[in-house]
Amino acid sequence: MTRAKPEPVQVIKQRRDGALKALLSGVPYIQYLDIQFDRRGDELTAILPFDEKLIGNPTLPALHGGVTAAFLEVAAIIELSWSILWEEMEAGQLDPAGIAERPLRLPKTIDFTVDYLRTGLPRDAYARARVNRSGRRYASVHVEAWQDNRARLFAQGTGHFLMPEGGE
Amino acid sequence: MTDVTAPDVVALARRFIEAIPHSRALGMRLESLGEGRVVMTMPYDLRFVGDPATGVLHGGAVSALMDTASGAAVMCHPTAPTATATLDLRIDYFRPATPGQTITARAECYHVTRSVAFVRVTATDEDDTRPVAAATGAFTLDRPKGVK
Repeated sequence: MTRAKPEPVQVIKQRRDGALKALLSGVPYIQYLDIQFDRRGDELTAILPFDEKLIGNPTLPALHGGVTAAFLEVAAIIELSWSILWEEMEAGQLDPAGIAERPLRLPKTIDFTVDYLRTGLPRDAYARARVNRSGRRYASVHVEAWQDNRARLFAQGTGHFLMPEGGE
Repeated sequence: MTDVTAPDVVALARRFIEAIPHSRALGMRLESLGEGRVVMTMPYDLRFVGDPATGVLHGGAVSALMDTASGAAVMCHPTAPTATATLDLRIDYFRPATPGQTITARAECYHVTRSVAFVRVTATDEDDTRPVAAATGAFTLDRPKGVK
């Protein structure tokens, strides 16, 4: 018996990057804040490049607390959406050509708690989220954000989300 | 809400808050403030949409408005703090904001200790009988020198 030849790496990368791009480009607010995502396999790192318009305290200066909250929430919701997409993609249920056309089915935030640990400095920020529980209807996601040192978080957050319908 | 603050104080606070780069970027406007209570608005803007299929604003933009109004509520508390920063903020989302409508945040700093301020805030669209979101937060509090 012969095994199926593995797909060429470019084909896999193109499919995964295409799916991620479709997910991100659909959300105007993510574009407005210029939040980028770095993908390594299934792991995502959200990047918030510094910009003057993100400042909340001009005298310190420091990032606006609302920016930090929005960044964490975006990182959490994209991680959760990505984990759903990834499952479908790996199971071969997702038509790569159709990703961009079909409407985005995003989870809805039920609640989100932000813990401000340090002042957000006027420089790039990074965040990684972890889906701690993903059920049929609800999900719980934790997210951590840092700037210079991964171990020195400047904020963390936990959110509960309502899963999009028609997933199963 | 009764506004007991003199108009020039409101004007000064408005200039201060509207000079915050991120508040200005989101088009936030201070409507009234005084005695630990603040009303702020944010007009609908297509750039802040979170769900392109429905045109509903992203929760993050609503959070930013509620955070700003909360911080302002701490600063105008009668005990006259000199500085504040958010310690934590828990946001509950009740329903999608109706596309095209202005968001109004009403924040109240309802308790302060020597070093912490507690705030609650609600956000509504143009139907103010059904809130869009609510949040509660704890804020750091710096007192004027010499005040214990």
